[in-house]
Amino acid sequence: MRHPQGGERRPWRFGLLTALAVLVVMAVVVSVAAAKPTARGATVKVGLITKDATNPFFVKMHAGANAAASKAGAELIYAAGKSSSDNAGQITAIENMVTAGVKGILITVADAKAENAAIAQARAKGVLVIALDSPTSPTTAVDALFATNNFNAGVFIGKYARAATKGRKVTIAMLDEHAGSSVGALRHNGFLKGFGIKKNDKQIACVANGGGQQTQSQPAMENCLQKNPNINVLYTINEPSAAGAWTALKNAGKKPNGVTIVSVDGGCAGVRNVRAGIIDATSQQYPLRMASLGVAAVVKFANGGAKASGYTDTGLNLIAKKPLKGVPSKSVKYGLANCWG
Amino acid sequence: MGPTGTLQLVRRVITAPTVGPFIALVVTMAFFSLKTDRFFQAENFSLVLQQVMIVGVLAIGQTLVILTAGIDLSVGTVMALGQVIMTKLAVANGVPALPALLLGILVCVGFGVLHGGLVTGVRLPPFIITLGTLNIAFALTHIISNDLTFTGLPKLELFWGRTFNISGTDFTYGVVLMLVLYALAWYGLNQTAWGRHVYATGDNREAARLTGINTDRVLLSVYTLAGLSYGIAAWLLIGRTQVGDPNAGQTTENLDSITAVVLGGTSLFGGRGTIIGTLIGALIVGVFRNGLTLIGVSVIYQYLVTGILVILAVSVDQFLHRRSG
Amino acid sequence: MNSPEPILEARGLVKKYGQVVALNGADFELYPGEILAIIGDNGAGKSTLIKALSGALQPDEGEISLGGERIHFRSPRDAQRAGIETVYQDLAVAPALDIASNVFLGRETRRRGPLGSLLRLLDKRGMRREARRQFEELGIGVQSIGEAVGNLSGGQRQGVAVARAAAWARRLVIMDEPTAALGVKETGQVLDLIKRVRERGLPVILISHDMPHVFELADRIHIMRLGRRVAVVTPKTHTMPEAVAIMTGATPSELDNALTKERSAE
Repeated sequence: MRHPQGGERRPWRFGLLTALAVLVVMAVVVSVAAAKPTARGATVKVGLITKDATNPFFVKMHAGANAAASKAGAELIYAAGKSSSDNAGQITAIENMVTAGVKGILITVADAKAENAAIAQARAKGVLVIALDSPTSPTTAVDALFATNNFNAGVFIGKYARAATKGRKVTIAMLDEHAGSSVGALRHNGFLKGFGIKKNDKQIACVANGGGQQTQSQPAMENCLQKNPNINVLYTINEPSAAGAWTALKNAGKKPNGVTIVSVDGGCAGVRNVRAGIIDATSQQYPLRMASLGVAAVVKFANGGAKASGYTDTGLNLIAKKPLKGVPSKSVKYGLANCWG
Repeated sequence: MGPTGTLQLVRRVITAPTVGPFIALVVTMAFFSLKTDRFFQAENFSLVLQQVMIVGVLAIGQTLVILTAGIDLSVGTVMALGQVIMTKLAVANGVPALPALLLGILVCVGFGVLHGGLVTGVRLPPFIITLGTLNIAFALTHIISNDLTFTGLPKLELFWGRTFNISGTDFTYGVVLMLVLYALAWYGLNQTAWGRHVYATGDNREAARLTGINTDRVLLSVYTLAGLSYGIAAWLLIGRTQVGDPNAGQTTENLDSITAVVLGGTSLFGGRGTIIGTLIGALIVGVFRNGLTLIGVSVIYQYLVTGILVILAVSVDQFLHRRSG
Repeated sequence: MNSPEPILEARGLVKKYGQVVALNGADFELYPGEILAIIGDNGAGKSTLIKALSGALQPDEGEISLGGERIHFRSPRDAQRAGIETVYQDLAVAPALDIASNVFLGRETRRRGPLGSLLRLLDKRGMRREARRQFEELGIGVQSIGEAVGNLSGGQRQGVAVARAAAWARRLVIMDEPTAALGVKETGQVLDLIKRVRERGLPVILISHDMPHVFELADRIHIMRLGRRVAVVTPKTHTMPEAVAIMTGATPSELDNALTKERSAE
């Protein structure tokens, strides 16, 4: 048997080819992506980590942080989980940002507890960690929390829903996001308090996980309707969720006008839905404020100022088309003027 | 070894199937080292190893399975289930740490045995089987944990997260375990008869049977060992996150483990590939994620690059496969 | 008639796959020291027959005897232990492994001592040495025994498979289409190899479509049709066209002629 020719050169050639291909791909992608000027030297680096990169709330937060950073002459490094419950992705992002030399990290934690170890390590290295929007458990796990008072956000819309259905029999559906979401728990419980009922009240027909997004909320609502077609009060954790649930109601032939739908967010799309009568009332929050306050706090710390601490309420207003007695609210016009996204 | 011996050795090294991925890794590292001086530091390397650790260990099991021309889609969720069992038993049910850990690992091994049994006994395709167990494990994870995150874990469970110091840099024990496991897997695949049988079975199951290999036993052992690696990964995950997290393992772990195997040059058709290649593949992804953040590029691009690399790697593998087929 | 005892014998083998009857009461004898060719049209049952003899499948009915004793192979491994080696049509080599590994596939030797028994460490050097020795004895030239089989050409792979069978066989060798898809030169090499195997004292069962080769090599020719043996002829008593006629189901008169010749040859 003769010795084969060229046989052993094959893997070698393709090994080189692979390496060259990698080099080309990297060079192209990274050059394109890093087209923004990479500031060197003494520029302050600020890290922002959101739950995911697609929810309009986080998109706005990212944009706001970008704007605040460039105004302050700082560099923003951004990362997000692959989904709203991607803890591992957030942990990796925290570690890498610390190595990248950020002075502070702003983070909307996917889970109230799972990120704490990584946050503690970051803080031990002198990095300021501020939680935005979602509190950690315990709250002392981070240096500071800039957030909406999510509990009150729930209370406001709970009160409104109660007033809107006064005297009528109610069948309530509640669309939360994943368990472990601190924001979800706060708003949910706030709604219960505002509405004046306890956790296992018989009037609550359905509690489901709509994932805080439109595509998941639609089937969740469809299942709730299957369970009880007489739902006339719908609590949703945020406006994308409300939009999905509304589609489910429409497709089921229900008169959405007969259902009192309340939500939280106050995004421009959501306020427009209030104007259109799709959502009856929404608690408006201010992610731009969270982002800019956060960036400012990090820059201040970087320039020798004190570390931010404690809880800073970033504001909350109830936006409703039809004001009701005993429930203070602002008009749709106000909502549109102050909305985000 | 005379001059011809050395030449043969050099030739053997250059033509080794891991050369491609290795060069890719070196090039990637060189690239980031040039772009930022924060990359090429012992501390950063320790970090990358820690970030790669979980997927790295999962990928050991995935490599074994893919070498037999199978695939395991349940990797991440089985690990999550193991991790939830380990933590819940210790925190909520007062079970001592060691039995809780062993029980969690045992459950993961159980899934492995189930996979192996279905592949050899009922002859279902691994894709379908593990698609089913992926969902079963996912459901069990949420049912058992009641969607709670468990904290306040006993020391033994957190062991692999502990660090030791080498000339000023901290390394975690977990990383050491990962490297030890890779060494063991390398030994098994390259220095024992079993390893050769794995390759033969993966290349052509019927042909391997005809040469006298007990292919059923080989496949069962492969899937069982894979389950074991998922169980160990669960323990490592606890050490890293320090919580029992019901949402773990759902997003990236399943596909990342396959990505690592593919980037490492192992063929999805089975019978061809190396375990060291998988480690390199996992490192490539980890280095990218780390490097991109260090130079300030949004991590979203990491997915773009990973996707392109995977297609490249599979194309190269196809090309090789067709040429010598 | 002074025929020695057959070394391998089968009676009434039946194998069904659902409705398809692959073996329909097939008989078989192999005598010591001979090269026996099995020919037959597609679907005649040749591959099924040898798979039954090599332990690759279990017949539904019938009995097989080796050296006069009834045997029952439950796996290819059982046949190998009994000294029967087989080269299958698809070769059964693992391309990712090297030549030596393939020769020892399924029968690897371990290092002596605790390294081998406890750690299961392979004796790679020993296996390579032994494989090289076997190849030299069989007259096959191989420059690198550490070459991955996947890098070899089809003919070279065939050579590896044949050499593997020749190296291990203690009682007989079965080959299913060993020269299919080979070039002229390589075919010649494999045919030489088969002769050398016989010179070692091992009988060879050979399935082939290649009539010239069959008539060049075989001592006897076992003809199958529709799952059973229809005739056994020799190159001395029959011509190629006659053998083909029997194989394809010739007209009764042609068949009669052929069979008469066969009977008078015994």
